Amino acid sequence: MEPVVVRVENVSKRYRIGALHPAYQTFREALVEAVASRLKRLGRGDDDDGAATLWALDGVSLEVRRGEILGIVGRNGAGKSTLLKILSRITRPSRGSVEIYGRVGSLLEVGTGFHPDLTGRENIFLNGAILGMRKAEIKEKFDEIVAFSELERFVETPVKFYSSGMYVRLAFSVAAHLEPEILIMDEVLAVGDMAFQQKCLDKMNEVRRQGRTIFFVSHNLPAVTRLCKRAVLLDGGRLVAEGPPQEVVNRYLSGSWKAGAERVWEGADAPGDAVVRLRGARVLDGRGEPAAALDVRRPFSVEVTYDVLEGGHALTPAFEFFNDEGTEVFTTHDTGEAWRRRPRPRGRYASAVRVPGNLLAEGTLIAHVSVMSHFPSTILHARAKNAVAFQVLDEPGGVSARGDYAGPMPGVVRPLLEWDTRADETVDGRQ
Amino acid sequence: MSSKTSETTEGRPVEEAAPAEAEDVRAPLAGLPHALIRAEGAGVQFNLRDLWAYRELLYFLTWRDIKVRYKQTLMGVAWVIIQPLMLMVVFTLVFNRFVGAGGGAIPYPLFAYAGLLLWTFFSVSVSSGMNSLIGNTSLVTKVYFPRVFIPAAAVGAGLVDLSVGAVLLVPLGAYYGVGVSPALLLLPGFVLLAAALALSVGMMVAALTVRYRDLRHALPFLLQLWMFASPVIYPVGVVPERWRWLLAANPMTGVLEGFRASLAGTPLDWGLVAVPLAAAPLLLAIAFYVFRSLEDTFADII
Repeated sequence: MEPVVVRVENVSKRYRIGALHPAYQTFREALVEAVASRLKRLGRGDDDDGAATLWALDGVSLEVRRGEILGIVGRNGAGKSTLLKILSRITRPSRGSVEIYGRVGSLLEVGTGFHPDLTGRENIFLNGAILGMRKAEIKEKFDEIVAFSELERFVETPVKFYSSGMYVRLAFSVAAHLEPEILIMDEVLAVGDMAFQQKCLDKMNEVRRQGRTIFFVSHNLPAVTRLCKRAVLLDGGRLVAEGPPQEVVNRYLSGSWKAGAERVWEGADAPGDAVVRLRGARVLDGRGEPAAALDVRRPFSVEVTYDVLEGGHALTPAFEFFNDEGTEVFTTHDTGEAWRRRPRPRGRYASAVRVPGNLLAEGTLIAHVSVMSHFPSTILHARAKNAVAFQVLDEPGGVSARGDYAGPMPGVVRPLLEWDTRADETVDGRQ
Repeated sequence: MSSKTSETTEGRPVEEAAPAEAEDVRAPLAGLPHALIRAEGAGVQFNLRDLWAYRELLYFLTWRDIKVRYKQTLMGVAWVIIQPLMLMVVFTLVFNRFVGAGGGAIPYPLFAYAGLLLWTFFSVSVSSGMNSLIGNTSLVTKVYFPRVFIPAAAVGAGLVDLSVGAVLLVPLGAYYGVGVSPALLLLPGFVLLAAALALSVGMMVAALTVRYRDLRHALPFLLQLWMFASPVIYPVGVVPERWRWLLAANPMTGVLEGFRASLAGTPLDWGLVAVPLAAAPLLLAIAFYVFRSLEDTFADII
């Protein structure tokens, strides 16, 4: 077992809400406030005016061993950034303590300390030094950094003339060559074009192989699942889940979408009208088990259960699938022969749609469920938004559209298509 | 840590000897820097070792300040000489009459230029020190290093300007027939004293400005007052005897007088010089303490 290199013990961080908003204080305000709060304290006998404070972190404890990549997920305002700031020693905890063994490098922002008037070369040195690199170290890696950024021609140009893409590339290239024992990263992979993101992910994999410890905050849940061996979920400043990334991510999803792989509606609150009431919805893997994480290569089903309260209607159940960016990926409804245009008797029904493997891109999917009648005219009887949510995962190295490529693959679908490459005589002959 | 022998030995790569006891699990960490971050209430942590570990950053921040200051200027670093030179001309024209023999042993233009050069260094270092933290918000909120280097870099950049401006002292001295004397060896000492005073004041105002922006309005005015309360453009001799003690209580008085005396080889007034000699280390210690105790809150309130 590797030694523990970071130990966070019961860490809390309190912010005065008042102090978060006004940009700054003046002497006069401070005087008035000091007198007022002292009077208030006298009156109540404690120094914790609860209403004016916010606990950004509340009793968080965790241990990280050397070589671990710890994913940190949670909604905005859950305390992720505050935790990273405490670990990076930018701010101190209000309570608790943190013990760290090793040099810490933190990337909370890309290009910290870049100066627009300085050239690319000058900024590499400045930024490197700010991130904690030695001058000799920067000199040694300078060519490598420039090559990584692909900005050889612009090294002597002030960065204010760079495009934002170039700026980010240069900044990330410096960061990527940082070699601390402990690396703290906040959502920095969310920048740059796809090809560059790929390079960065490769670099991160390399860093992981060198046995460095990484704290990784990201909203890119598939990346968290793929890169990390362990994850924690923060909610309202508390650590609410810890474990294998898939479990933690599922917990996060079910919390944030108020939906998981299974949904049950009971009693009169169930969506529907006098004709149809929804009873449940679930995502089932290939073996028919409810599952919140699905392999991109395997088929799965989504099922809706509903009661038909009034006979004589021809009903069509339907699903709409969205990704976590709100893009509608596809819609589907029952076109099977069994009940098409056929009035249904009262009773309970379960309709399932089978989604083939190698169709969807990896990521989070959320499904809306509805039951309607199309014939003779369209009537929406029941509809539940965000009924179920699940993750499609893609591992490199398998028989999927990903192949051996580990980087981001944009697009809402990821079909596995047939490729054919021939060694062509004419290609050979051309040289 | 609950690691037991059974856990630690299983399937580890060979390059790390399997630890025999729980204690030994830390052995591989022995050479690594160790940091203990304690809660805000636990008092000021000085982290003196970090100052050393990050020392190169002081150089880079100073270098940046200098580079940036003269980027996109036509005359570049020449401004360092032009500013005190113009002031010297003005003060020579206006003051020389009133002050009469003025600088005593030193010709007035040389006297004024030397005084203005050193004072400009002091006041520019302090005022850019004041703005240094609030002008580097992203450094303060996004990355860790000893923040003391930010106002210190302002003083460092000022020192470079001072050295450039000091070049003009050579032709000025030659023109007015001031010879080279062993007292010149004391010159760096007085520059160092001025730097220590500038750093002390700079650190304090930088830290306080993070919380109270009032200083941005007050400081330029206070520095102006301070200049007139220091023998920059007038010699100590013109001040009535009964007010001398007040002048001497100002540590910049001793620094300015000493700076000029070692330049011209005139006798040193050790009584005046003793004040900054005692005040500089004391102020530096106080300023560092104030700065360090406020430093941990910078990122939260800047």
